[in-house]
Amino acid sequence: MLAPTLAVVLAATACSVIGGDDEPGKETASGQVSKRVVLVTHESFVLPEDLQQKFEQESGYDLVVRASGDAGVLTNKLVLTKADPLGDVAFGVDNTFASRALDEGVFAPYAAKLPAGADEFLLEGDGDQALTPIDNANVCVNIDDTWFADKGVAPPKTLDDLYKPAYRDLFVTPGAATSSPGMAFLLTTVAAYGAKWPDYWARLMRNGAKLTDGWSDAYQVDFTQGGGKGDRPIVLSYDSSPAFTIADDGTSTTSALLDTCFRQVEYAGVLDGAENPDGAKALVDFLLTPEVQAALPDSMYVFPVDSSVELPADWAKFAKQPTDPFAVAPADIAEHRDEWLRVWSDITSR
Amino acid sequence: MKRIATLIGLAAVPLAVLGVFFVLPVSGMLAEGFWVDGHFDPAAVAEVLTRPRTLRVIWFTVWSALAGTTVAVLLGVPAAHLLHRRRFRGRGALRAVLLVPFVLPTVVVGVAFRELIGEAGPLGFLGFDGSAGAIVAGLAFFNVAVVIRAVGAAWESLDPRPGEAAAALGASPAQVFRTVTLPALRPAIVSAASVVFLFCATAFGIVLTLGGLRYSSVETEIYLLTTNLLDLQAAAALSIVQLMAITALLVLTSRLRAVADPTLARTTARPPRVSRGDWPSVLATLLVGLLVGLPVAALVVGSLQVGDGWGLGNYRALTTVGSRDALLVPVTDALVTSLRTAVDATWMSLSLGLLVAVIVTRRSHTRAERRVRGLLDGLFMLPLGVSAVTLGFGFLITLDEPPLDFRDSLLLVPIAQALVALPLVVRTLAPALGGVDDRQRQAAASLGAGPLRTFVTVDLPIMWKPLLAAAGFAFAVSLGEFGATSFLARDERPTMPIVIFHLIGHPGAMNYGMALAASVVLAASTAVVMLAVERLRVPSLGAF
Repeated sequence: MLAPTLAVVLAATACSVIGGDDEPGKETASGQVSKRVVLVTHESFVLPEDLQQKFEQESGYDLVVRASGDAGVLTNKLVLTKADPLGDVAFGVDNTFASRALDEGVFAPYAAKLPAGADEFLLEGDGDQALTPIDNANVCVNIDDTWFADKGVAPPKTLDDLYKPAYRDLFVTPGAATSSPGMAFLLTTVAAYGAKWPDYWARLMRNGAKLTDGWSDAYQVDFTQGGGKGDRPIVLSYDSSPAFTIADDGTSTTSALLDTCFRQVEYAGVLDGAENPDGAKALVDFLLTPEVQAALPDSMYVFPVDSSVELPADWAKFAKQPTDPFAVAPADIAEHRDEWLRVWSDITSR
Repeated sequence: MKRIATLIGLAAVPLAVLGVFFVLPVSGMLAEGFWVDGHFDPAAVAEVLTRPRTLRVIWFTVWSALAGTTVAVLLGVPAAHLLHRRRFRGRGALRAVLLVPFVLPTVVVGVAFRELIGEAGPLGFLGFDGSAGAIVAGLAFFNVAVVIRAVGAAWESLDPRPGEAAAALGASPAQVFRTVTLPALRPAIVSAASVVFLFCATAFGIVLTLGGLRYSSVETEIYLLTTNLLDLQAAAALSIVQLMAITALLVLTSRLRAVADPTLARTTARPPRVSRGDWPSVLATLLVGLLVGLPVAALVVGSLQVGDGWGLGNYRALTTVGSRDALLVPVTDALVTSLRTAVDATWMSLSLGLLVAVIVTRRSHTRAERRVRGLLDGLFMLPLGVSAVTLGFGFLITLDEPPLDFRDSLLLVPIAQALVALPLVVRTLAPALGGVDDRQRQAAASLGAGPLRTFVTVDLPIMWKPLLAAAGFAFAVSLGEFGATSFLARDERPTMPIVIFHLIGHPGAMNYGMALAASVVLAASTAVVMLAVERLRVPSLGAF
């Protein structure tokens, strides 16, 4: 009687993870002196296989990547585990969360040698240079150019345009409380309107702006050029998004409004208390090499900080970056995030 | 006393697992909220509970979960009748398909639902998008399968003779249902409803996606407070509320579950064909079919769209890492990872769940013993009531020292998934196990059978179907689990929901199409596995 049960259980374990075909070499006990570097990062981190191998060959370290959650989850994880860090080096804390990590002493100082143009992305208020800028992207309002051409309506250009009657019920944006680009857009309005930003949002909501949970809902479902072919031709997205809406004739059907942008910069840093600080530094340096910088657009949908790196053809042609995006000081964000989100929630859920 | 000692002995393994992977991490996170800068400060936590926003959030959570549960039970019970007590062609396939929503990642369900009910969708005229009604429909979509399977499994092993006797004595079908069938099914219905309520009350993605951000539940609030604002006091306050509410619910349902004569039959008659009198069940099943079928159909249609035409391009792309190396591993690899993880999670939660079910259903001799069993019963339901982020962060801050150094362990993902599935497994097994006539066990024991042999000859023949149902649930929960997995999964081995989430989160028609195609593949694999589980029969079992 037990035989079939046993057979089932054995079959089950044989085709399971625990069954034992895992690569054993990488799982060294944490107490051992190991030649591995543990990178803690968010779920959007993608480094092509060949580049990971390149790092391992050149540095002699084994690279272990622990990726999960978004930038907020990553930052809070680092803060909560700072007494016993999750790894040696972290990538993906952005300028909207960086202050919190710095205030909590998550990172150890390391001034990496920056490539051309990267110093403009250094974090304001980070005197020790604990954080090294790796990539950047701007959150901008995007429009469906074909929709406006078909309807014969002049497309919007500025933040103010979005609450004009001509654009009623046309705008969709992810919410600030649940989405990182949504938060960036809230910060855009804080930078643009100062203390009057709540008035702007009230007008926006009165003009039929639609809020969604995350970026994918806004872009993929509600936006006219998204995967689901929605019915709103104005959406909050990134400055790189037009590079992904190339029509058959080789032109992009969408464009980013460059006067509505907020700059997000992602940083890497050596974790304070890392087991392998040298390996951590080696990885920070590696992320700044031309090969990795050049791979960023395709693998992570972001721009390199190295201005000398050549962009993919579609990006060079259609992903225009703003020259003077909006910015809010990281310390201000850390201080007011809570309050701004509360006020924002009250206005938008009315 | 000796009986209680045996009880604790049996419970040792499940208790240890629960202690290490649930109680410890959750208390760790709660402590972060209560201890501010090294000193105990419960006042700050209490203050959170008086905020008007907190009360609004709690109120919404309660009523939306009640509404979702009501819809799921009202549709699920009649559908369970048709799918488990009537015979028709394609029954097995239909049962398997109805479990599909259970595994779909919420981000995909959100997209599928919104393609239907959104402003531009075919059902957009209903004005459903961003309404509380959409949330309730979404909750029912996810959970109706729980009711159908749990109630159906109990219904199948129900002795048909009392009902037949009542009918022979002149009772109408409605009277038979009300006076004979319903009382016998009550434990299963109450069990299923309580689990569904917990699932609804802790739903996360559905509330955010379908509610258009106008609604917050306790769960979404904890997520925001923990991951965005790092306001651990407020998060701790809400977690305590959740835990207390669930404890209250468990006490209530344990009263409602009790029945006078829960005896189940060990053999089932061949179910009759569908007849005219079955129209309520047929109608309910049709409604369930629509509720589940329309969003799934929207997914399939979307996945077949390539550019302006139709084709299988999105499916062919699944063996690649995407057009621009968007992924680290092909989607097909992720499917293998998902299936393997699911196998582990299934055997873990089945073995734990069976132990727990045995413990909580054995007849108690003293009041103290009954209390201990009741306590254990409730304890293993608690994982349902705690947010995945609380558990996830808790893992990181408490499981970092030897001998409990599990932060990097490959076991963490299947264990977390097994814990999520455990309440469902226990709730599926316990009613059936409770329905086994204890006198049969006593008879077996007096004839010299040991405990194991008694279990195999008396319990197992009746338990077979509920066990399969529970295995199916555990497998499905594991395949679709996103919250805890996204927190723990390491990107060298992402599971399907993680990959789908990644694909749908980036622009480009190719990524969108691949995400939908991957969802369809995940759904189809689940349906196939469920169908296979349904077909598994060991006829010799009845011969003991």
